Amino acid sequence: MDLASNTAHGMVSAHKPQGLARWLFATNHKDIGSMYLWFAFCMFLVGGVLALCIRAELFSPGLQFFQPELFNQLTTLHGLIMVFGAIMPAFTGLANWMLPLMIGAPDMAFARMNNWSFWLLPPAMTLLLLSFIVPGGAAAAGWTLYAPLSVQLGMGMDLTIFAIHILGISSIMGAINIVVTIINLRAPGMRMMNMPMFAWASLITAYLIIAVMPVLAGAVTMVLADRHFGSHFFNAAGGGDPVLYQHVFWFFGHPEVYIMALPAFGIVSQVIPTFARKPLFGYSSMVYATSSIGVLSFMVWAHHMFVTGMPATAQLFFMYATMLIAVPTGVKVFNWIATMWQGSMSFETPMLFAIGFILLFTIGGLSGVTLSVAAVDVQLHGSYYVVAHFHYVLVAGALFSLFSAVYYWFPKMTGRMYVERLGQLHFWWSLLWFNVTFFPMHFLGLAGMPRRIPDYALQFTDFNRIASIGAFMFGLGQLIFLVNILYSLRHGKTAPQQPWEGANTLEWQIPTPAPYHSFNPPPQLETAENGVVLSMRDSGQA
Amino acid sequence: MEHPEQPLAGAYFVPAPSCWPALGALALFCLGLGAALAVNAMAWGGGLLLLGALCLLRMLVGWFGDVIGENQQGCYRQQEDLSFRWGMGWFIFSEVMLFAACFGVLFWLRLVALPTLGSLDYKWLYPDFSPSWPLQTAPQPTQSYRAMEAWGLPAFNTLILLTSGATLTWAHWGLLQGRRRQLQAGLLCTFSLGGLFLLLQAFEYHHAWTAWRLTLSAGAYGMTFYLLTGLHGLHVLLGSLILLVVWRRVRRGHFDRQHHFAFEAAAWYWHFVDVVWLLLFVLVYCL
Repeated sequence: MDLASNTAHGMVSAHKPQGLARWLFATNHKDIGSMYLWFAFCMFLVGGVLALCIRAELFSPGLQFFQPELFNQLTTLHGLIMVFGAIMPAFTGLANWMLPLMIGAPDMAFARMNNWSFWLLPPAMTLLLLSFIVPGGAAAAGWTLYAPLSVQLGMGMDLTIFAIHILGISSIMGAINIVVTIINLRAPGMRMMNMPMFAWASLITAYLIIAVMPVLAGAVTMVLADRHFGSHFFNAAGGGDPVLYQHVFWFFGHPEVYIMALPAFGIVSQVIPTFARKPLFGYSSMVYATSSIGVLSFMVWAHHMFVTGMPATAQLFFMYATMLIAVPTGVKVFNWIATMWQGSMSFETPMLFAIGFILLFTIGGLSGVTLSVAAVDVQLHGSYYVVAHFHYVLVAGALFSLFSAVYYWFPKMTGRMYVERLGQLHFWWSLLWFNVTFFPMHFLGLAGMPRRIPDYALQFTDFNRIASIGAFMFGLGQLIFLVNILYSLRHGKTAPQQPWEGANTLEWQIPTPAPYHSFNPPPQLETAENGVVLSMRDSGQA
Repeated sequence: MEHPEQPLAGAYFVPAPSCWPALGALALFCLGLGAALAVNAMAWGGGLLLLGALCLLRMLVGWFGDVIGENQQGCYRQQEDLSFRWGMGWFIFSEVMLFAACFGVLFWLRLVALPTLGSLDYKWLYPDFSPSWPLQTAPQPTQSYRAMEAWGLPAFNTLILLTSGATLTWAHWGLLQGRRRQLQAGLLCTFSLGGLFLLLQAFEYHHAWTAWRLTLSAGAYGMTFYLLTGLHGLHVLLGSLILLVVWRRVRRGHFDRQHHFAFEAAAWYWHFVDVVWLLLFVLVYCL
């Protein structure tokens, strides 16, 4: 049955504008999703270049290329660009592309607003990058923009504040779109408790975004007021409190960590069952685990602030609450492993990245549990151990899951197969050099090397050299990915409707490449857990 | 924009390509860059702000115009209507979180930061500081000021907003029972009460700022007062504009007993702003 042809009579099919207008005025979730993904990849390269500047400076002790002020700008912008320009837009882009296909929706619920969400990203990132060339340079307070540093910096900080406002508007609108699409646009028969895990993860992520982006907007607005309008929110002389900034920021910042992790869980929960050729183990426990991570993420923020002089009771509360998160996360990891257990596994590139994700994300999670111990954190706070920890969860976690997703859905998006050998090379290359880059940082941190400092004591030289070499090789390896994508877009083998034998969610039931408009009107479905489609028929209304 | 055709039965309305989002992106770029230049007193700041505001205004008029047109053509049915309801609900939730953050700042300062600054530990730094609320001075006094009083104009403003909530509900009853004159009158009352509230608040601000010397730089009391009431005031302004648009649509004969979500969304928003004011009145003015 060819659902695509159903839409040929649909009112929307007449509109497929060509040229620039197709992208600038887009209301099609696939077009907008593609723009999100390309934009995120460009920002990944920009943020990556900044990272390589940092690693070049740290190749040797002493100052090589950058003055400390500029070095701080590089670390700050690297963080902001990777978080808000690369990881978050990439997940939103994937949700745009795949959610409607996975739950049987005709498009996103608010197609025009969807386009505004995307087109706010380039202006915001332009403001951020412009800040490098204004007097005083870019924001240099770290991506957390702690007061009082952020109150004192030059006008680059103002550009950063307004960029964050625009990014906030963008991601709140994108998140409302995702929530409403999932709640209201599922095809008949796609019950919530049968939805693909990717949809569940996107739903809870979107909820977190709606809840915490306004808090970040409030925090940076108060910084702006302190900078220019005479208030003292973060200054004790006026009755304010610099620690207050950290509380408000991390009330946003900790859920933000899960905003970048939950969609990754969702992707892995689709990829592992496909290549293990088994249903996802413990689907409903996955839903509950994801939901409880969503709830717990609001109660642990002060574990980023153990050295601010909190009362011991508060330290204990935030320490235990943080450790509690390891429980649902552990549920997930064990469920993925149990899904693979006795599965008929094959190891195509998406599966490799998913398994790499499980392995390395677990290491990152365990170093997180280490850091959650308040007494230990006092030693490790602000050290390279923290840098190692969050790069394990963000690079080997979020980024690897994104690679997995792009390889997994590339055939459905483009109608062509990627080059498997290049994909495998990309994986092994990334896996190796990722660990060469970030594993030594654990040792550096344990030995006391502070982060965000362009110089270091001589005894840290060897590990820093190894990390820098690893970083440049890792960065080089991402060009394999780019070449693979660019080559395969034009010359890849034609993909069948169902390139993965074990994939049985809804997006694989429509032609490849996915038609410009799909599922309008929606099909009647019979589904099983994790979005598995048992039967699909025309709703008969067309 | 092209005229959307009548959608298929059972199909969801997907709008035709639209230029408004791109214009909106341009508008926010100009606003962001303009604001960054303006707060640093640099050239082009004001001009860019103005340009951005004009672009944003044009976008809002065009975009909502398209939505209203599609609605009048019957493009939106039950499922689309439900999307709008969920969308508005989640938008209000994001606003709740914004206010929650700002109230959190007030609580933190009053319950943690100021008592600490007034404690024995800080006597060597701020020997004369007393953390009693409303603060009489900042720890390091910059100016003397008078704190707000709840039972004058703010209490009257509370009465105004509560009344406006009632008149809005009265208008809603009129709409549900097909009494269009009552609907119009109720909306006009609500809008006017909102406007009156804003005028009184402007008067209050002016008086506090000049006569009582309560400014943003007066320390924790002044800055939290202006943060919370100012943010709320902006929301009253937005809510009033929404009501104005709804009122004009009523005059043009839009809405019937069953289909009037624009009215309901405006009402949700207005009641939300109302509830925030009640919290403000108690937590900022009274306590």
